[in-house]
Amino acid sequence: MIFLDFERPIADIYDRIVQLEEIGNAEDIDVSPAIAELKEKLEQKKQEIYGTLSRWQKVQLSRHPERPYTLFYIENMCSSFTELHGDRQHGDDKAIVGGFGSLDGRSVMMIGHQKGVDTKSRQYRNFGMANPEGYRKALRLMKLAEKFNKPIICLIDTPGAYPGIEAEQRGQAEAIARNLYEMVNLKVPIICAVIGEGASGGALGIGVGNRILMLENTWYSVISPESCSSILWGNWEHKEQAAEQLQLTAEDMKRFGLVDTIVPEPLGGAHHDALLMADTLKNQLIATLDELAELSDNELRDQRINKFSSMGHYEVMS
Amino acid sequence: MAWFRRKKEGIRTKTEDKKEIPDGLWNHCKRCKNSVTSKEHKANKYVCLSCDYHDRISAQQYFEILYDNEQYEELFADLAPVDVLNFSDKRPYKKRLELAQDKTKKKDALQVGFGKMNGIPLVTAAMDFKFIGGSMGAVVGQKIALAIDHAIAQKAPFLIISKSGGARMMESAFSLMQMAKTAAKLTQLSEAKLPFISLLTDPTTGGVSASFAMLGDMNIAEPNALIGFAGPRVIRETIKRDLPEGFQTSEFLLEHGFLDLIVERENLKEKLTELYSHMI
Repeated sequence: MIFLDFERPIADIYDRIVQLEEIGNAEDIDVSPAIAELKEKLEQKKQEIYGTLSRWQKVQLSRHPERPYTLFYIENMCSSFTELHGDRQHGDDKAIVGGFGSLDGRSVMMIGHQKGVDTKSRQYRNFGMANPEGYRKALRLMKLAEKFNKPIICLIDTPGAYPGIEAEQRGQAEAIARNLYEMVNLKVPIICAVIGEGASGGALGIGVGNRILMLENTWYSVISPESCSSILWGNWEHKEQAAEQLQLTAEDMKRFGLVDTIVPEPLGGAHHDALLMADTLKNQLIATLDELAELSDNELRDQRINKFSSMGHYEVMS
Repeated sequence: MAWFRRKKEGIRTKTEDKKEIPDGLWNHCKRCKNSVTSKEHKANKYVCLSCDYHDRISAQQYFEILYDNEQYEELFADLAPVDVLNFSDKRPYKKRLELAQDKTKKKDALQVGFGKMNGIPLVTAAMDFKFIGGSMGAVVGQKIALAIDHAIAQKAPFLIISKSGGARMMESAFSLMQMAKTAAKLTQLSEAKLPFISLLTDPTTGGVSASFAMLGDMNIAEPNALIGFAGPRVIRETIKRDLPEGFQTSEFLLEHGFLDLIVERENLKEKLTELYSHMI
């Protein structure tokens, strides 16, 4: 298991338990009382550290290299899944995946950002940063789902839409804008869940839903804390402060009424028990699908318009 | 005994009469440094006579260019921003708002005008770049929403003049959601079969380009405007090489199929009138 800086005290106890177990195996000494004591201490430490995570620490957890990504969830939530490729115009973006899956016996269109799990696959997935063809593929698949009256589930996990020359040439802005517009209009239920990073337009490009869920240790913001620090403070050193100012955690977003539901994670983050996490998410998605099943085409559309139209505060001053 | 005595009390120019471009005697082109009198500059719609540079102008100046006899009604001018997050970087957001409000005499970065353009009733939402970089927060989103409602109620065509660095960081996710909000409202305008032209001016980037600015029935731009999703600096830092000449200009976007046409400000009013006449 990979530990983050702030998890050092937990890692230390883990190491000592492993050492003791090795001693216990090699020599004829009863180490179990010592181990039991350490395990108790470990639990305490976990509660202490994970119970009081700062916003920046949650951002770090959302990017944990062992965190489960879209395809892991799909594989573990759906009894079957076939990935469908390509936007029919330019190519197949590897940073967004999608296809029909079977969730609790019903057909759903599963779409999501995909990150890689090692150096090679991270590059292959462009670190979860989609190009315009990714957003266009997502829209193609959503329209396909609409045609056959199947609900859509979008899993959001991106550090942002890719800022590159070709992305601009092929209309990154237009691709995202088009998705926002079309997702409002779709005649089927849409559920979006932030499973990791929800950075800006790149996240929102598959984020216009009837219900928005966020896993406990994820973030959703107009800009990443690092970029915010770079623009407003002139360097990357203020990222922790930026995270505090942006108020970007699931808890914040729920408090602001910008998302509907926080999905609890296993203690320490989704990667501590990825299967349990997939199961929790699956149950939440099924419950949410049930809630939306009663609504008509127009009700679904109006619900999305009303939901997003009511976001934002202002005052009337003469 | 004082050396002189003030005969008239105080400064008497009404604040709303002040223009974004100071009413000095001379205007110096920001690109070629050519000097013309401010009167000539205005007469030429704030475009440089020598190099065709389209000066960045305010919402009010666009309204004066477009509306017949410079007559229009400003709508929803009393909507003001709220610092929900109590955001503070080097300086508090509240302070930034105060400074921007003092500088521009506007409450936020977008103004809505309603009047007639060559006799056609037209609702225009135009951005003020001098207000925190024309950034989109909740007020900008709400004013666009209200402008769309007004267009629907009046059965009037709709125009947005974009000039913005993107979403306003100091309103965090609230500003991000304005992208979805404005897109959602545009579906209602579309359902009412009312035309929407998006005019992109220098600069239009980030969350503004990735929402309403790219969603016009027609997307048009002023010449040589910077238009893109990511800013050039971010792209340069990401790909670690120089950007090609003319990258992310209006002409670049036209070439790649994202604009219907480029319009000189000189012809803007007549061209818009012609385009709307086909859609009403």
